[in-house]
Amino acid sequence: MSTVTNTTTISSIGAPNRRNTELVLLLFAVLVPVLAYANVGLAKDGSVPGGLLGYGLGLGLLAGVAHLMVRRFAPYADPLMLPIATLLNGLGLVFIYRLDLEPAVTTRGLGGPKAPGQLLWSALAVAVFIGILVLLKDHRILQRYTYISGAVALVLLIAPVFFPAINGSKLWIVIPGLGSIQPGEFAKIILAVFFAGYLMVKRDALALASRRFLGLYWPRGRDLGPILAIWALSMMILVLEDDLGSTLLYFGLFVVMLYVATERTSWVVFGLLLASGGATAVGMTSGHVKVRIQNWLDPFAGIAQHGATEAAQVLWSFGSGGVLGSGLGQGFSRLIGGIGVKSDYILATVGEELGLAGLMAVLLLYGLLIERGVRTALAARDPFGKLLAIGLSSAMALQVFVVAGGVTGLIPLTGMTMPFLAQGGSSVVANWALVAILLRISDTARRPAPAPASSPDAEPTQVVRL
Amino acid sequence: MSELTLTVMRLGFLAVLWLFVIVAVQVIRSDLFGTKVTQRGTRRAAAAAEQRPPQQRQQQPQAQQGRNNRQRRGAPTKLVVSEGSLTGTTVALQGQTITLGRAHDSTIVLDDDYASSRHARIYPDRDGQWIVEDLGSTNGTYLDRTRLTTPTPVPLGAPIRIGKTVIELRK
Repeated sequence: MSTVTNTTTISSIGAPNRRNTELVLLLFAVLVPVLAYANVGLAKDGSVPGGLLGYGLGLGLLAGVAHLMVRRFAPYADPLMLPIATLLNGLGLVFIYRLDLEPAVTTRGLGGPKAPGQLLWSALAVAVFIGILVLLKDHRILQRYTYISGAVALVLLIAPVFFPAINGSKLWIVIPGLGSIQPGEFAKIILAVFFAGYLMVKRDALALASRRFLGLYWPRGRDLGPILAIWALSMMILVLEDDLGSTLLYFGLFVVMLYVATERTSWVVFGLLLASGGATAVGMTSGHVKVRIQNWLDPFAGIAQHGATEAAQVLWSFGSGGVLGSGLGQGFSRLIGGIGVKSDYILATVGEELGLAGLMAVLLLYGLLIERGVRTALAARDPFGKLLAIGLSSAMALQVFVVAGGVTGLIPLTGMTMPFLAQGGSSVVANWALVAILLRISDTARRPAPAPASSPDAEPTQVVRL
Repeated sequence: MSELTLTVMRLGFLAVLWLFVIVAVQVIRSDLFGTKVTQRGTRRAAAAAEQRPPQQRQQQPQAQQGRNNRQRRGAPTKLVVSEGSLTGTTVALQGQTITLGRAHDSTIVLDDDYASSRHARIYPDRDGQWIVEDLGSTNGTYLDRTRLTTPTPVPLGAPIRIGKTVIELRK
């Protein structure tokens, strides 16, 4: 035997309660947007904007209340999710305020300044966040509502068909006098609940009953039912609502969760085949989607005849930002024009004014948020919690991919909002709700297990901890 | 606003944004939980360290005694694997139950063909005496030469044999 053997010490560490770390990060996360806000004012008018104190206190208050509620109701939850969500939301508010200062994109026709409304929506979103933390004592309660969630998600997905299209896509439910809500944002959470509950029950049938063919395990015909149904539903949304992004999000979510539940690569292959086949077929026929695909393949076509498309303007704004950016308040993203500057294309303003360096930092923040979600899924002890956490984090990951991929020209542009960053009430509320559910799962996962009874008499009936 | 101020602000903001990302990554790094494995260098270095009586080694049991009044003088403070593929592994005894077996959630995961998935466990009784108990393993747990049938107190330094692995409690 060799004399060089590594000596190791093994000791088990429980996940500590990290609320103080969260508080410090949260202070930092409020400070960064306040700095950005001052920066915008100084660059635009040469003075610190008057609303700085109010904005800083407002954001600080929201973050503080959320933190106290997490301390009270989810003491072992992940320390990073709340600060990252706060930072992204705060940065989003600053960018919307910054665009409000451009008269060209803040005309009466486009709805005037959007930042005050967004701050109100953020407050409502934090209230929903707190409500979920207080009322949802255990995420496993959601498991009872598996099929109800499925039905509700279906209604939410179909409902916008009966309302008029806005900007070429039927994604909104318009309530006269109150504004419009985008049910698709909420549908992604409810769908994740449905998929998690459904797959938890059916995973064995889907994973084990399969034939081996061409080196892959293929599912039986009768097990193909659900994936074909979801595929048909996604394609129907694509046809009826003219929106490629949501289709990609919902179908992608299902395939990811199916893969995680069954560990079968064949589902991914099968899902990709179905998705690309369907998308190609719809892309050939639907006019709206066809235009988007043409703009993606050649964003600079036809500039001489009818001016630059939004897709081209977005690419130019990334280019004009360069590596270090033009500085907050000093970009020209108003040139993108139209309604999408503050919502769908907000990443272009981030890319222009903070440059590649800033854009990468923002994307990394999303990456960290998603990573914490996946970590929660790994740590969760119950299969439903695992699947739900992976579903919610992959829904966010897919959404970030669809938006960031769209504006950078990797995939065709679709009308979706960047979580937390973009202007849009439904989006910000839905994403705070998503983070609240993830925090609830991570609180359950990281809570130290109760100490087993030390009495030797209890040994024959030992508690099996999962 | 002068050009210089704006440039400084622009770069300063990027620096602050990245600082947040770096701090967040540091938090993740310090947030790892599960099982901590500390590498103690080579066996030779460990043997050399054992020959000198360092101060730290003395302080550790004392600190533990302060925390746990039940701990008697001369009680074992660590469990050492002395034979088998895990030779050199130590586990600090801090009043927790130590499970041995091939199951992945065991405290010591045995890579031993003769071990069962939940083979045995070692735990302190109310007086702080460490007890070894066989959990119905196939090939049995031996204390010295005798096969265990009931939970048995473990004397300091007595070899507990599981398949090819030998474990003992040390001070």
